Amino acid sequence: MLTWLFEPGFFSNSEVQMALGIGSAVALVSAVVGVLTVLRGQSFAGHALTESAATGGSGLLLAGVNPFLGFVAGAVAGAGAVELIGVHDPRRRDLATGIVLGLSIGLASLFLYLETTVSATTGATQQILFGSIFAVTSSTIPVVAGFGAGALTIVAALYRPLVLSSVSGDLAAAKGVRIRLVGLGQMLALALAVGLSSIAIGAILSTALLIGPAAAALRFTRRLSLVMIWSAAIGVGTTSLGILLAYYSADWSGGNGLPVSFFIVALVFVVYTGSGLAGRRERSGSRTARPPATVQEAAALPGTPAAAGTLAAGPRTSGRRRQGR
Amino acid sequence: MTSGRPAASAGAGPLPSGSPLLELDGVSTVLAGRVVLDEVSFSVGAGELVGLIGTNGAGKTTLLRTILGLQRPASGRIRLAGVPVGAPRLVGPNRKVPVGYVPQKVLLDPDLPLRARDLVELGADGERLGPRLPSAARHDLVDELLDAVGAAAFADFRVGRLSGGEQQRVLIAHALAGRPQLLLLDEPLANLDLRSGQEVVDLLHRLGVERRIAVLLSSHDINQLLPVMDRVVYLAGGRAVAGSTDEVIRSDVLTRLYGHHVDVLRVHGRVIVVASPDAVLDHDEPGEVAAPAPSRAGS
Ligand SMILES: Nc1ncnc2c1ncn2[C@@H]1O[C@H](COP(=O)(O)OP(=O)(O)O)[C@@H](O)[C@H]1O
Ligand SMILES: [Mg+2]
Repeated sequence: MLTWLFEPGFFSNSEVQMALGIGSAVALVSAVVGVLTVLRGQSFAGHALTESAATGGSGLLLAGVNPFLGFVAGAVAGAGAVELIGVHDPRRRDLATGIVLGLSIGLASLFLYLETTVSATTGATQQILFGSIFAVTSSTIPVVAGFGAGALTIVAALYRPLVLSSVSGDLAAAKGVRIRLVGLGQMLALALAVGLSSIAIGAILSTALLIGPAAAALRFTRRLSLVMIWSAAIGVGTTSLGILLAYYSADWSGGNGLPVSFFIVALVFVVYTGSGLAGRRERSGSRTARPPATVQEAAALPGTPAAAGTLAAGPRTSGRRRQGR
Repeated sequence: MTSGRPAASAGAGPLPSGSPLLELDGVSTVLAGRVVLDEVSFSVGAGELVGLIGTNGAGKTTLLRTILGLQRPASGRIRLAGVPVGAPRLVGPNRKVPVGYVPQKVLLDPDLPLRARDLVELGADGERLGPRLPSAARHDLVDELLDAVGAAAFADFRVGRLSGGEQQRVLIAHALAGRPQLLLLDEPLANLDLRSGQEVVDLLHRLGVERRIAVLLSSHDINQLLPVMDRVVYLAGGRAVAGSTDEVIRSDVLTRLYGHHVDVLRVHGRVIVVASPDAVLDHDEPGEVAAPAPSRAGS
């Protein structure tokens, strides 16, 4: 579909190849971790961690080191701080998240101020906040591969306890799930994902890559495994397309290209909005997709009148489905 | 005191014969400085169906959560198959005897991307680490359980969008999927109309008879349970008396428990507990009780 866009030799351009490779890997991790983040209602925590990532990135940049490691370190430190202050109570946890978020922004602005005034580095703010995917070098590959694999391993290991405890803490605890420990693992995976996507689209916008694909995917399907696949596809798709568009925007805009992060975030938004329409179709469609109710299905319980009662209580109406909570 | 059904050793697990499956000995639980459970002692044998009866606020939920280990008792001992219920382990269940739990209230997000059958499946292996491998046996188990609780018709629906009574069935199947020897249910009949309630009671009764699963369920109404209950644990003000219904549901026993005079009336095979002269103690459902309090009963 995009072939008309490509000049001959496009994909042998190593700058673009590197950007596509790193971008896809980062988007994949973000999209998968994002599903659990949305499921557990942790978008706010995710946002706070992006600011911590900005702090880490700008701090390392100021120290004259590659900021990529700083993104990840900052996000992990932010997650640790939230966990330390937040304890059990959800309301205190929310406050703790807000406090960590505020402090992170303050520190990041200080570091960036010093970087631009004292060290006179141009583009520091741009690089930290909005990303620099065309500037990544091959030395970044091990960082992305290592932390990405780490985040995916955590998600794979904790998948079932995580899902169960986000359905209901009581149900999970009754089955012996250590909810707090599992939550800690999820926060670590979240921090890794946020740190990594900061590399691609910058700290500020990494929430979009975390939440957007997952939120859109959740509107497509009611099966969690499919949500994961959709989310990954949307994340990788929008990121790759965004990178290509940004690369070509140099031609259209004459001179400097437009930022990658803009294109990615805009594409995610388009997909999310579009998924609302698809989701509505899924919702009304599932009414007709309902398996035909037979008396046999409820016959496991003694007493046919009772079974009939079960079925009478059964069918959903579209009105009820839309009620929400 | 294991009255009711003889404690035959038909299957389920490494129970030393004679010792009860669940044993509480002087269990007290303190919440926010208040003694909510006060020296509660009783036992449940394998395959028994025991009703935990008490008004709102009597401590039923707290008692079930204490048995599960979700709430640490201030004193007393809880044993499952002779083994003290210990501190939670790092991963996996903290007890040798699998226990199923159906909480009183589970708020399920209507947009949760899980079908009813997915929640039941999580009952089979939701505590395990690592990716889940496909398993025909697990799939069959889930189907069988959905069938058994009468939830097959809505197995593929988003579980958060089912009605309260439908969710109740799915949650019972979820609890059964862990192959428990003990099932704890918190007010499973509260959300159900009489007929659905009767179906659930029958189902729980059959679990005891056919699979030797012990059931401890709480209810603020004793009457639906009377025909199937092996024994009753009556809670009031955090204190408990346990025994057969004939031993417990008596004016003198409940008067001692409540600390003021209580009458027990039996009308058309139903039990009505009334505090004389001014309060109906154990019912808030209009039409359920023919009690000498016309203004309440009519409301
Ligand atoms: N977390 C808590 N902190 C303080 N008091 C509580 C808490 N949970 C329950 N209680 C109190 O303990 C008593 C018993 O509650 P509960 O076990 O829920 O009763 P029931 O389930 O029988 O209605 C009530 O008076 C309730 O107010
Ligand atoms: Mg209760």
